[in-house]
Formats: sequence, C-alpha cells, structure tokens
Amino acid sequence: MLSYAIVFASALLCCALALNTWRLIVGPSAPDRIIAVDTMYINSIALIILLGLYQGSESYYESALLIALLGFVSTAAFCKYLLRGDIIE
Amino acid sequence: MSGLVELIVSLFLVLGAIVMLIGSIGLAKFPDFFTRLHAPTKASTLGVGCILIASMIYFSFDLGHLTLKELLISVFLLITAPIAAHMLAKAGLHYKVKLKDNTQNQVLSQRAYQHQSPKDDE
Repeated sequence: MLSYAIVFASALLCCALALNTWRLIVGPSAPDRIIAVDTMYINSIALIILLGLYQGSESYYESALLIALLGFVSTAAFCKYLLRGDIIE
Repeated sequence: MSGLVELIVSLFLVLGAIVMLIGSIGLAKFPDFFTRLHAPTKASTLGVGCILIASMIYFSFDLGHLTLKELLISVFLLITAPIAAHMLAKAGLHYKVKLKDNTQNQVLSQRAYQHQSPKDDE
C-alpha cells in the first residue's frame, strides 16, 4: 500500500511541477516568475523526500535541507535585485 | 512494519501531495499577482510539512529509534516562507504589477505604490 501511495503522491507532485513550469514560462511580470521558482523548489524538496522513502534510505535528507537553504537565499537575492537593481551594494 | 503505521504514512503522503497540488493550481489559475502570491506560500508549507511528518514516522519505525531530523527542514520552511512572501510582496509593490480590473479600492493600491517608491511619482 505504501508503494502505491508513494507513486500516487509523486504523480500529483509532478503535475504540480508542470503547473509551476507553465507559470514560469507564461508569467506576465518578473515577480510572478520568482513565485514560480519559489514554489518549484518547495515541491522538489517534497519529491526528494518521496524518493528517499521509496528507496528506504535516509541520506536524501541532507540534499533536501541543502535545497531548502539555497532556495530561500536565491529568492531573497532575486527580490533584492528587483527592489534595488543590485544584489550586493 | 505493521499495517497501521503503513496506513498512517500513506495517508499523510497523499494528503500532503494533494495540498501541494492545490497550491500549484492556485498559482496557475489566480488572476493577478497578489492573489497568486497567496496560494502557494501557505499551501506548500502545509503540504511539505505533511510529507516530512510521514517521512519522520516511517523512518522512526523502520530504524527502531526516534528520528527528528526532518523537523529541521520543517522548522526552516516555517520560518522562511513568510519572509520570502513579504519580500516578494515588496518587490511586487515596487514593480507596480497590474491588479485585476474589478479590485475594490484601487486608490489605496496607488497610494501604496507611491509609498514604496516615492521618487518617480508625477
């Protein structure tokens, strides 16, 4: 039952990633594209945790943590770039 | 792995995936920037929290001792998601994104735009 649940959840998350990619391509303004990237990294954290559950190994946790850290930093940098026109002043 | 634990883990996984899909549908379908900002920042936090809880329960029963490492990602996302949403909202105000036409009190949004970047008003 657990393997079916993992496959079902991965399918739903892949649909979510496809919708985010659509918004990333279409998005009328630059902040829309930043939201799309922000949502994509959160979805990919969940997808990596699902891969770790599927293979039964705990070592995928570190990569998920790394994506969480770098995703937040990149979102902050993009927002600073839009606000100031520069990242490091 | 007993059947009850498997059932609970599957339930959390499916619930989290459904919530995250709802957040992404909101991101794709809502009409303007600020409504689009609203959907994924809340839904994704809840969804990824459910999936991390499922992973915590699974590995706690699989390894035989309590593992709380996933709680770290959960707490980190819980702290940083509102900060990212706030910075995105400020960037949207600075960028003067277009609102939906039938938004009420559009005067207030013009005032907020001017307050955010007062140099280039005319």
